[in-house]
Amino acid sequence: MSFVKSRPLLACLAAATALMAVAGAAPASAANTFRFAFQGDLKSLDPYTLKETFTIAAHGAVYESLVTRDKDLKLVPGLAESWETPEPTRYRFKLRKNVKFHDGSPFTADDVIFSAERVRAPGSNFQTNVPADATFVKVDDHTVDMVLKNPNPIALYQFGNWYIMSKTWAEKHDALKPTPVAATAPSYAALHENGTGPFVITEHQPGVRTVFKKFDGYWGKVESNLDEAIFTTISNDATRVAALISGEVDWIDPVPLQDQSRVSSSPNAVVVNAPELRTIYLGMDQTSDELRGSNVKGKNPFKDVRVREAFFRAIDEDAIVKRVMRGQATPAALLIAPPLFPLAGEFKRPAYDPNKAKALLAEAGYPNGFEVPLDCPNDRYVNDEAICQAVTSMLARVGVKVNLIAQPKAKYFAKILKPAFDTSFYMLGWTPSSMDSHNILYEIAGCRTDKSSPRGTTNLGNYCNPKVDALADKIERETDQAARNQMIKQAYEIVMGDWGYIPLHQQALAWGVSKKVKLVPRADNQMMLYWVSKEQ
Amino acid sequence: MLAFILRRLLQSVGVLLAVGLIAFAMFRFAGDPVNQLVAPDTPYAERLQIRQSLGLDDPVLVQFARYAGNAVRGQFGNSYQFRQPVSTLLAERMPATLELAFCATLFALTAGILMGVYSALRRDSVGAKLVQAISLVGVSLPTFLIGILLIFLFSVTLGWLPSYGRGDTVRIGWWTTGFLTTSGLKALILPSITLGLFQMTLIMRLVRAEMLEVLRTDYIRFARARGLTTRSIHFGHALKNTLVPVITVAGLQLGSIIAFSIITETVFQWPGMGLLFVQAVQNVDVPIMAAYLLLVALIFVTINLVVDLLYTIVDPRLRLSVRRAT
Repeated sequence: MSFVKSRPLLACLAAATALMAVAGAAPASAANTFRFAFQGDLKSLDPYTLKETFTIAAHGAVYESLVTRDKDLKLVPGLAESWETPEPTRYRFKLRKNVKFHDGSPFTADDVIFSAERVRAPGSNFQTNVPADATFVKVDDHTVDMVLKNPNPIALYQFGNWYIMSKTWAEKHDALKPTPVAATAPSYAALHENGTGPFVITEHQPGVRTVFKKFDGYWGKVESNLDEAIFTTISNDATRVAALISGEVDWIDPVPLQDQSRVSSSPNAVVVNAPELRTIYLGMDQTSDELRGSNVKGKNPFKDVRVREAFFRAIDEDAIVKRVMRGQATPAALLIAPPLFPLAGEFKRPAYDPNKAKALLAEAGYPNGFEVPLDCPNDRYVNDEAICQAVTSMLARVGVKVNLIAQPKAKYFAKILKPAFDTSFYMLGWTPSSMDSHNILYEIAGCRTDKSSPRGTTNLGNYCNPKVDALADKIERETDQAARNQMIKQAYEIVMGDWGYIPLHQQALAWGVSKKVKLVPRADNQMMLYWVSKEQ
Repeated sequence: MLAFILRRLLQSVGVLLAVGLIAFAMFRFAGDPVNQLVAPDTPYAERLQIRQSLGLDDPVLVQFARYAGNAVRGQFGNSYQFRQPVSTLLAERMPATLELAFCATLFALTAGILMGVYSALRRDSVGAKLVQAISLVGVSLPTFLIGILLIFLFSVTLGWLPSYGRGDTVRIGWWTTGFLTTSGLKALILPSITLGLFQMTLIMRLVRAEMLEVLRTDYIRFARARGLTTRSIHFGHALKNTLVPVITVAGLQLGSIIAFSIITETVFQWPGMGLLFVQAVQNVDVPIMAAYLLLVALIFVTINLVVDLLYTIVDPRLRLSVRRAT
C-alpha cells in the first residue's frame, strides 16, 4: 500500500461531489408527488390486521367502506349508495354500481358478505367493527341486508374503518383469513392490496417506504390533484422536523410541541393544530383493601369519595394546558371528547380549589396527606411524563406525596393493564373506537365484577356503580337518539358525581404541513390522501 | 495448528451461546410485546390468544431452547411487527448498512490519512492546529449531535443534501444499492461523515503519531543524506511504514462501524439493520433484537478469529507458542 494507490478513493469522492452538484440542477419530474412521513411504520397492508389510526388512514387511500365519514366525521355513503332500516333490526344497503377493484374485477354483494365474514374471523383486529350478531344476506348483486338480533343504534358507527375486500382476489391469493397481528408467515394480503379506492399501492417495503399512485379506474370524483404519494417512516423527531423544513417531505406527524414554533416560523411549512378525540385522564384504584406503594396501611383512601374529590380539586388543569401543553390541549369535563357527544356542553369542569382539597383531605382523615405512587407512560401521549410531573407537584401542594413511576409504554402497559392491574393511581388516554359513549361507559366506567367479566376491561381502578351499568345496557339498545342522549348524560352525571375519574384534557393533533399543500385535519387524526392537494 | 483453530472455533460458539442467552434473558425486562401489537380496545381474550400463539406463556428456558434450536438450523423466527422471517428482514436491510459502513470507512481512511500526514509534516502550521481542533470535536461530540448539526447545516440551511433515507436505489439480484443513482449518492454523504467521524479522528491521530515517530528514525535520516527528494522520503518511505498499524486498526474498527451504526441510522432514518434494531426495541420485537445481537456478536467473533489466525501466520514467535501449547 502506498499513498499513490489510494487515489481511486479520492476520485470516487470527487465524482460523488460532482454528481451531487449536477443533481441539484436536475428538473423536477412532471408528476405531482406528495411525500409524507410518520413516526411509526405501516406494518401491514391487510386492512384487518391492526386498528391503529395512521394505518387505518393509509389503508383508506386504497380501500373503501360501505359507509364512510366526512370531514366532520358524519356518516355518509361510501360503497353503499344509500341505506335504510325497513325494521329496527334490518339495514338494507344499496351498493354502488360500476365500481371496480384495482385488479379490474367488479364490486358486488358477494364481496360485502365475504368481507363481513373475514372481518369477524379469528385474528382480525376489527372484529368489533361489525356487530357480532349480524348476519349478512344477499338480496341481489347490488343489494345487501344486515340482519341484527337486537336493535342497535350504533351498528354503523364503526363501518367507516371496515374496508371492503374482493372475494375473488382473496381466493386467488390464499388470503381468505385475516392476517393476525401475531401471524407467523407473511400473507399475500399483508404485502399487497386490492381495494376500490382512488389510489393503488405500487410498492411496499415494510418499515421503509410505500408508494401510492392515482387509480385511473376510480368510480368517483377525487378532490385530490396528486399523481403519486410516497410514505416513509422517520422516527427521529429532529430529523422529521428537518425533513419538513427543508422541503423534502410535505407532511409530518407528529410535530413535537417544542418544535412547533420553529416549524411555523419557517418559510416552507406550518403546524396544523386541531382538537383531537383522545381524552387523557387519571384513574384511581377504588376496590383494593390497601393501595400498592402507599404509606396508608389497612385501608384504601381512594374508597373515600372526599379523597377523590380532593385529588380532582387539587389539579390545576388550566396550568397544565398552558405550561405543559403550550396551549395545544382543551381541558376536559368528561371522559369523552365534545364532538362525540351532543350534550357534552352541559358539563363543566369542577373548579381548581386547593384549599377545598386540603379541607376535604382533612375531613377524610388525612390532614397531613399521604403517599401514593403514580404510574405514567413516557413515550405514549404528548408530553405524558411532563403532565404527570405537574400533577405530582400540584398534589404536593395539598400535602399528598406522589411517587412518580414513568416508564416506556412497553413496560407501562404490561404493568397496569389486565391481568396485572398493578396500579393505584395512573394516567391513560382513550378514544372510543366506536365514537360513541357506550364504549366508555362499558369499558372504562363499567363494573369489573370478576376477573373474567368482559365489562370494564380497561377500568383499571375498578370504579363501580351498578346504576351506570344498568344505564349502559339500556343505552346499548335504545334507538331513539334524543332519549339515548339523555340516558348517556345521566350516566356521566353519576360517574362525575362519584368523582370516579379525573379527566384532564384532549390533546391537539399536530401535523406539520408544507405551505404548498391543502388538506383536511379531521378530529380522529386520520390524514386522508384523497383530500390532499399540492400546488406544483 | 488444527487443534488451535478448532479450540478457537469452539470458544466462538461458546461466546455466541452466551450472548444469545444473556440477550434473551434481558428481553424479559423489555416489556410486553402483545400490547404493542394490538389496538387499546382489543378484547382481553384476543390478547391471550396472541400471547399463546407467540409462545410467550412458556418458561424462559423453554423459549430459549426453542430459539437456540431454530437458530442452529438458521431459522431466526418471524418478526412480531412485520410478520416476516427475521432473516429476510435482516438480509433486506444489510446492503444499506454495509454500503454505509463501507463509505464511512472510506471517508475515515482517506480524510484521516490525509489530515494525519498533513499535521505530522507541518506540525506547527495553523492548518495542523485546525486539524487537531477538528479531531477534538470528532472525539468529544456524541454521534447524534453531529448528525443533527450536519442535517441542520446541509439540509435545512443550505438545502444541498437530503436529511433522511437512502434516496433511490437500484436492485441487482437481492442486493439494493444506492451507488448508481444521484439521489442515492447524495444521501450517503452526511450519514457516512457522521458515522466515520470518530474513526477518522482515530486514524488521523494514529497516522500523525506514527509518522512523527518514523520521521525520527535512522533510515529516514539516511534517506535524506542520500539526497532523495522530500516527496519520495515522506510518501515513498515514511508513510508506507506508517500504514501497517493503521490497516490493522481500520480492519478491527470495521466491525464496530457496522455494529454501532445504530445511532447514525436512527438520526438519518437510514433503512439498515441498526434502525431495524432500534425500532424492534421500541416495539419489543424480540426475534429481531435477538437475531441482530447474535449477528453483531458473530461479526466480532469472526473478525477476532481471523485476526488471531493472521497473527499466528504473520508472526513466527506466536506460531512457536501455539505449537508449544498444543
